[in-house]
Amino acid sequence: MSDKKRVIMLGNEAIARGAYEAGVKVSAAYPGTPSTEISEYLVQYKDGLYCEWSPNEKVATEVAVGASLAGTRAMACMKHVGFNVAADPAYSVSYMGVNGGLVIVVADDPGLYSSQNEQDTRMVARAAQLPVLEPSDSSEAKEFMKQAFELSEKFDRPFVFRTTTRLAHSQGIVELEAREEIEDKPYEKDIRRTVMMPANAKQRHVEIEKRNLELAEAANTLPINRVEMKDTKIGVITSGIPYQYVKEALPSASVLKLGMVNPLPKKLIAEFASKVEKLYIIEELDPVIEEQVRSWGIEAAGKELFTVQGEYSANMIRKAILGEALDIAAPAQVPGRPPILCPGCPHRSVYYVVKKLNLHVAGDIGCYTLGAVAPLSVVDTTMCMGSSISTLHGMEKAKGKEYIKNWVAAIGDSTFLHTGVNSLMNMAYNKSTGTVLILDNSTTGMTGHQDHAATGKTLQGEPAYAIDIPALCRAVGVRNVIEVNAFDLERLEAVIKEETARDEVSVIITKTPCVLLSKGKKPLYAAHEDKCKKCGMCMRPGCPAMTKRADGTIRIDDTMCTGCGLCKDLCKFGAIDLVKAGDR
Amino acid sequence: MAAKNIMIVGVGGQGTLLTSRILGGLATAGGYDVKLSEVHGMAQRGGSVVTFVRYGEEVAEPIVEEGHADVLIAFERLEALRYAHFLKKDGALIVNDWRIDPISVVIGAAEYPEGIIETLKKDHKVYTVNATEESKKLGNPKVFNLIVLGIAAQHMDFSKEEWYDVIERTVPPKTVEINKKAFDVGYSK
Repeated sequence: MSDKKRVIMLGNEAIARGAYEAGVKVSAAYPGTPSTEISEYLVQYKDGLYCEWSPNEKVATEVAVGASLAGTRAMACMKHVGFNVAADPAYSVSYMGVNGGLVIVVADDPGLYSSQNEQDTRMVARAAQLPVLEPSDSSEAKEFMKQAFELSEKFDRPFVFRTTTRLAHSQGIVELEAREEIEDKPYEKDIRRTVMMPANAKQRHVEIEKRNLELAEAANTLPINRVEMKDTKIGVITSGIPYQYVKEALPSASVLKLGMVNPLPKKLIAEFASKVEKLYIIEELDPVIEEQVRSWGIEAAGKELFTVQGEYSANMIRKAILGEALDIAAPAQVPGRPPILCPGCPHRSVYYVVKKLNLHVAGDIGCYTLGAVAPLSVVDTTMCMGSSISTLHGMEKAKGKEYIKNWVAAIGDSTFLHTGVNSLMNMAYNKSTGTVLILDNSTTGMTGHQDHAATGKTLQGEPAYAIDIPALCRAVGVRNVIEVNAFDLERLEAVIKEETARDEVSVIITKTPCVLLSKGKKPLYAAHEDKCKKCGMCMRPGCPAMTKRADGTIRIDDTMCTGCGLCKDLCKFGAIDLVKAGDR
Repeated sequence: MAAKNIMIVGVGGQGTLLTSRILGGLATAGGYDVKLSEVHGMAQRGGSVVTFVRYGEEVAEPIVEEGHADVLIAFERLEALRYAHFLKKDGALIVNDWRIDPISVVIGAAEYPEGIIETLKKDHKVYTVNATEESKKLGNPKVFNLIVLGIAAQHMDFSKEEWYDVIERTVPPKTVEINKKAFDVGYSK
């Protein structure tokens, strides 16, 4: 055993550690499952590196590009759909190249644990002509990050570092090494590579094609692409997490494990293919490796055996390749348990009123997406960050201002600052009359409570200027900006009625912090069996702390109740009471 | 040794993450190769949550496959039933005998299955405890996980001292004593 310190680390923690050891100086990110924790771990290394929450992934990527051009190692982190937001700088920095090493970490989500689509970052990276590394466990995550920075500088290419949910949120053993102190490179003005106007970009396009060919050639001998020659009856080309499933399911097969998945090592692949009797390509999501390998005239089996959806497993490979009948009991048929708004969530209260008023909701990305499911069932649309406001605007332009009186847009504070504010500018500028609810819970909730530009704190937890959201709305041209407590049912109802009826654009900010942020002692409510008339009013908002007893009366689970009092406010018979006072 | 496969299942917010980190720390300190897989993000909002822990000489995949779990730790009855088919034939199933209604049951669109423990006992070695009630008696309902873990510990490969060590290293300092006490409640069952 080596004398290096051996610790267990989350994939995302190992990525942060790798960046730290590689001497990264600047990192910028917007939270997004499954990439969020990278920045939260990175910020804990205080010596000689800066990291931040940027308002969105485009900004984060541009910050990293700036730091790279200035001559330091830099990175940006995001989830797969965030890479779409960052696509504009990503495609062009691909032409520009780097000064200090530049790595864009992008986390895919096969199986859609917490995403709106299942896109494959390798496809986007190929389109942007960006090279891609992909690790298979925490140990490689750390090691490959260091290699990504080295290769980025050696080949003058920004690198994409692709992970998936399973890698990002799995833990494995990592050996710690010291931070490499990288000297800053000098900045030398050279507009031929940093000003992407047509004449320069034309030349750079030629240049990067050349660099990518050099990299593809080097990939044939890079140790990051590894052949594990065993029995030659079955050969498998794989990468990332599926490599681990292959090892479990086919321990005696020969494997070509790719650490760099773009560009591919053509010679290495052809040589490996020639040595095995039957070649399989096992990759989650799109047939990125398979289509290229087949285009070279190499015979291989792939997506005719495996799905383009969801995650793989060793059992799936055993069944598909070995034809093993697996002796597994059928899962029990039981009610599903999808995620729901937490007990005490302020969004529940707002949505209850919206439902009562029978309004449609153009929704957005965040916890409040959960208002789409029963019993609230108020959200009509969820597409991408910031889209609620522009979707509502489009509906009004299609059907007129009377039609839109039956609709609101609903967006969170962090999502509003991410890209929603642009859409609000558009509404004000192009004379919309719709109503926007900003569900301001003072945090980025769904990803686990990250600060943003309106919380008054940086990623480091230091005090910072907090954007005044009402003032921002006024500044872009919204005259009607109203703040309401999310649990003030009466006022909320009155305000929504008034503003949806108004022939001008309105913003209603329901400012109540996320219930999970409150550290104080929580009040507790209980239901009296004798006073309960079994009317079901209190159950309408769908609070998970409320259950029915066998006789139909209401019981409040005291381990789950957070004391928001919404149920008490809805009970007309005084059957629900405060039994323990709290700090709020 | 072949990898040992542990699963922890429950409802988002019940502390499966902390529990898996205790197990991960334990197996790492024991000198094993360890992999574990967690659920973050949307699945933590009251949804069904599953965490895998695998340790042994060499561990490749971070998940436990269906039909391969040695120990299944369930923090809620319905979740035990949902994942029971992951168990090996002679695997141990430890269940917190506690009910949390999924939203479909809360709104009357589905029924919470009756007789879950009896159903599970037909095919599995089942160990039950009402850890939520017992932890309330200890004065902190949040430590129920450690009671359940105390029972599971009897089906794993670590000494009581090793468990104590990892509890001390993992839980917030102020709660070390009550967490150890909770572990003892389970360990002595």
